[in-house]
Formats: sequence, C-alpha cells, structure tokens
Amino acid sequence: MNLPSDDMLTTQGLLLDHTSGKVLLIGCGALAREILDLKAANNWSHLDLVCLPAILHNHPERITPAVRAAIEKHRSTYARIFVVYADCGTGGQLEALCHDMGVDMVAGPHCYSFFEGNEKFAANSESDFSAFYLTDFLVRQFDAFVWKPLGLDRHPQLREMYFGNYTKLVYQAQTDDPALTATARDCAARLGLAFERRLTGYGDLKASLAALR
Amino acid sequence: MSEDQDDIILSELDDDELVPQMFDDLYDGLREEIEEGVTILLGRGWTPYDVLTKALVGGMTIVGNDFRDGILFVPEVLLAANAMKGGMAILKPLLAETGAPRVGKMVIGTVKGDIHDIGKNLVGMMMEGAGFEVVDLGINNSVDAYLDALAAEDADILGMSALLTTTMPYMKVVIDTLIEKGLREDYIVLVGGAPLNEEFGKAIGADAYCRDAAVAVETAKTFVARKHNSGAQA
Ligand code: B12
Repeated sequence: MNLPSDDMLTTQGLLLDHTSGKVLLIGCGALAREILDLKAANNWSHLDLVCLPAILHNHPERITPAVRAAIEKHRSTYARIFVVYADCGTGGQLEALCHDMGVDMVAGPHCYSFFEGNEKFAANSESDFSAFYLTDFLVRQFDAFVWKPLGLDRHPQLREMYFGNYTKLVYQAQTDDPALTATARDCAARLGLAFERRLTGYGDLKASLAALR
Repeated sequence: MSEDQDDIILSELDDDELVPQMFDDLYDGLREEIEEGVTILLGRGWTPYDVLTKALVGGMTIVGNDFRDGILFVPEVLLAANAMKGGMAILKPLLAETGAPRVGKMVIGTVKGDIHDIGKNLVGMMMEGAGFEVVDLGINNSVDAYLDALAAEDADILGMSALLTTTMPYMKVVIDTLIEKGLREDYIVLVGGAPLNEEFGKAIGADAYCRDAAVAVETAKTFVARKHNSGAQA
C-alpha cells in the first residue's frame, strides 16, 4: 500500500488503512509508518490501523480525550482495540482511560523508551540524562515537530534556552537508512549538539503487536 | 524594528499609557523595550516594588493566562520570560536596598533525571515578583541537593518541578526523605509540571500541586500566612 505522507501524519493522522474488522490499533501518527511496515513484514492482516495526529504530543493534555473519542467511535465495530501510545506525558491518564474502557496499550513512558526497549532505556537513564532523542519519524519531521513549534525558525536566539543543558542528540534509528542518518546528523548540528546513532529497530513495539490476536 | 511611523517613543508616554504599552511589549517578548520601560518608571520616582508588581508581574500574568488558555505556546512564553528577566535584573539590587516586602523564601529545582526548566524558571520569577526570595537549584536535583539547600538557606518552601512521567516519582523520594529525617513539617512543599495533577500531589504527600505560576504564588502566600499564624499560637 502507499505510505501516508509525513506531513499528513503530523497534522491529521491516518484513516483506517484496512478493514479486517478483527483488531483495531489506535496509534500515534508518529508510529504509522513503523506499524504499517511491521504489518507488511509479518503478514499481520488481522490488524487494522487508525492514527491520530502526531502533533498532539506538543499538547499532551489533548491526547487522552482524542484517544477516548477514537475508542468510542470504533468500539462497536471491533471486538478488540489496542492503543499504540505510551504514556506520552499524560501523567498516567491515558493508562487510566484504557483501563476504564477495557483496552490495552503499549507499556512505557514514551516511544524513545520502547524503541530502545523499556528495560534498557531505564537502565541507561543516568548516562543518557542529557540526551535529546530523535526517531526516524522525528528526523523526517524535525522542522514541523521541533524547529517550528519551538519557534527556532523565528527566534534562533532561543536555542540556548531550550538546549543549553543538553550535550548530545541520540538518533534512534528504526531503519538503516544512510540518507536519514545524514539528516539526523544535520539536526544535531543545528541544535549545537554532539551526534550519536543507535540502530534500535522497532524495539518493544514489535513484541507488543506480535502478541495481539 | 524599522524606523517607521509606528515606532513608539516610550519616554513620551505618560504612566497611564506606558504601563499598558509595557504589557504589550512583554507579551511580544521585547526585552530591550522592557528594560527601557523599567528605567523610565524608576526615573519618574516609582518604587522598584511598584515597577515589579504593577508593570512586570501585571504583564506576565496576562501571558500566563493566555498560555493556560492555549492562546500562546512555549516560544512566546519563553520570550516574555526573557524580557521580564531583563527588567528583573535592573530591579533586583534595588529591591534589596529599598526593603521591599519579603514574604518568605523558596528553594526550587527540577528533579533528578529531568532537564525541563522553562516552567520552573517561570514559577521562580513570578514568586520573586510576589516578594518571595527564590533560590534556584537548576535542573537534575538529587535528594541531597534539595535538603542541603533547604538547610543552608533556611527556606520556608520547597518547590519541585518535573515534566517527565519517569521523573515525577522522584518527588516522593525527596518528600519521604524529609519525613524520615523529621523535617517534613519544617517546609511547605509545592510541586508542579504539566504531567502532574492534584491527585498525584496528594499521593506523594506534597502540601499542594500548582497548575501554573499564578496558582503557585497564591498557594504559597496562603500557606506562608497559615504557617505564621500557627507559629504565633504555638
Ligand atoms: C519545551 C519542551 C521540551 C524542551 C525543554 C527545554 C527546556 N529548557 O526546558 C526540549 C525540546 C529540549 C524537550 C526535551 C525533551 N522532552 Co519535552 N517537552 C516540552 C514541552 C513541549 C513543553 C514544556 C514546557 O516548557 N512548557 C512551558 C511551561 C511554561 O509550562 P510547564 O513546564 O508545564 O510549567 C508550568 C506548570 O506546569 C507549573 N509548574 C512547572 N513546574 C513547577 C514547579 C513548581 C514548584 C510549581 C509550584 C509549579 C510548576 O507552572 C509553570 C508555569 O505556568 C512538553 C509538552 C507540554 N506541552 O507540556 C514536552 C514533554 C514534557 N517532553 C517530553 C519528552 C519525552 C522530552 C524528551 C525525552 C524528548 C526527546 N526527544 O528526547 C526530552 C527530555 C530530556 C530530559 N532528560 O529531560 C514529553 C514527556 C513524555 C513523558 N512520558 O513524560 C512531553 C510531555 C512531550 C510529549 N507529549 O511527548 N522538551
């Protein structure tokens, strides 16, 4: 199938990709390509996907209500719904919602953690404390997701106030793509940070989806 | 800014026009204009405390409300805070000299593992604006860093900030250590940060969770007054 554009995924999300009617994934737009890729590679034709706009992350208080609306909209057509979000700064509210509505979700604080593997991420937290992470999606959407919302296009002098305490940019690569790596390296330079690349693949995301029947 | 007819000469405005103009300049994050406005008001005989509360805090309150209501986003808040900081830098030494009211002393910092500091800085600034002395410990603070500073500064209030779900629980570690050492009752503990909520504040044993800087100031004032009253009776 055709991959949705990244701009679409940031601002609008994705409509139902397919209608097996079995398991519905309600995911973050920042994970759409990754989920579609996993589906295709593993023949998970029983998983349907709908995505919410990735940019909700800059207003985490809007995530839980948006997920609630999506669950309400689709729960009559699907026996099983799985939420492909981590906590994402909702302070436990998304987890509470999923619990109340009887649906499961991905474990972990955010996608940087589950891509690396939640256990490993937690174990590294001391040494990585001054790291700023980018995923494949964020590298592609760096301007729309980071640069512009933080106003760095209009007010470059704010860079120091945002990133003054950071030392490195860690690019968590889901796919091995030299062009993306070059862009990520450029993002680090724009932020004035050292660059590090880790090939994480899909981490815990794959295991979470593989378990769905 | 270009030298067109829209240029406003701040020194030509009378006080009634200058203060609203400073609100606008603060809203637009114009640091130099704010510094100029502060200097003009001082030159006209305003007390540093009045300049702070009437011009700067007044303007920043509007910024805070519009951020809360989703009208402004982070960069605008950061620019406004930076402009206010410019004004504060002029006023701070004068405030100390002129014996402006001192309401209490707060030690504030972001918890261990967390580098988010925009909200914390804003709270610190508004607390200063309300007459509190503020000791800012910066980011990534351990239990020891908080406890050492509380003792060394003889503070009334501990403020902790966290923006990450992974770092919020550390606030409880700090509060539990205070309890363990028999120090919990010595301090008013306020916590904040976007992912927190009232329930969390209660669960970890803080005195209050504060949604924003304005609420933080009001809450701190209430608790300090209460503390003083109960101290007087004891
Ligand atoms: C700006 C921002 C950043 C900046 C921070 C710059 C800086 N110098 O602080 C940058 C881009 C560098 C950044 C980095 C990261 N961030 Co960030 N960030 C944000 C964002 C968009 C806004 C936070 C902010 O500054 N708001 C503006 C201020 C004014 O508001 P505030 O902080 O809420 O403060 C107010 C109140 O909460 C309260 N308050 C705050 N502190 C205190 C303290 C006391 C004592 C009191 C009384 C009150 C109080 O009063 C304040 C003023 O009104 C939030 C999302 C959001 N909208 O909240 C994500 C967010 C917090 N970040 C997040 C993440 C994941 C990260 C990173 C891990 C991302 C990455 N790619 O690496 C790193 C963190 C690294 C680290 N170790 O800390 C997630 C957290 C998810 C989670 N599960 O916890 C969020 C929620 C975004 C998301 N949905 O994914 N971030």
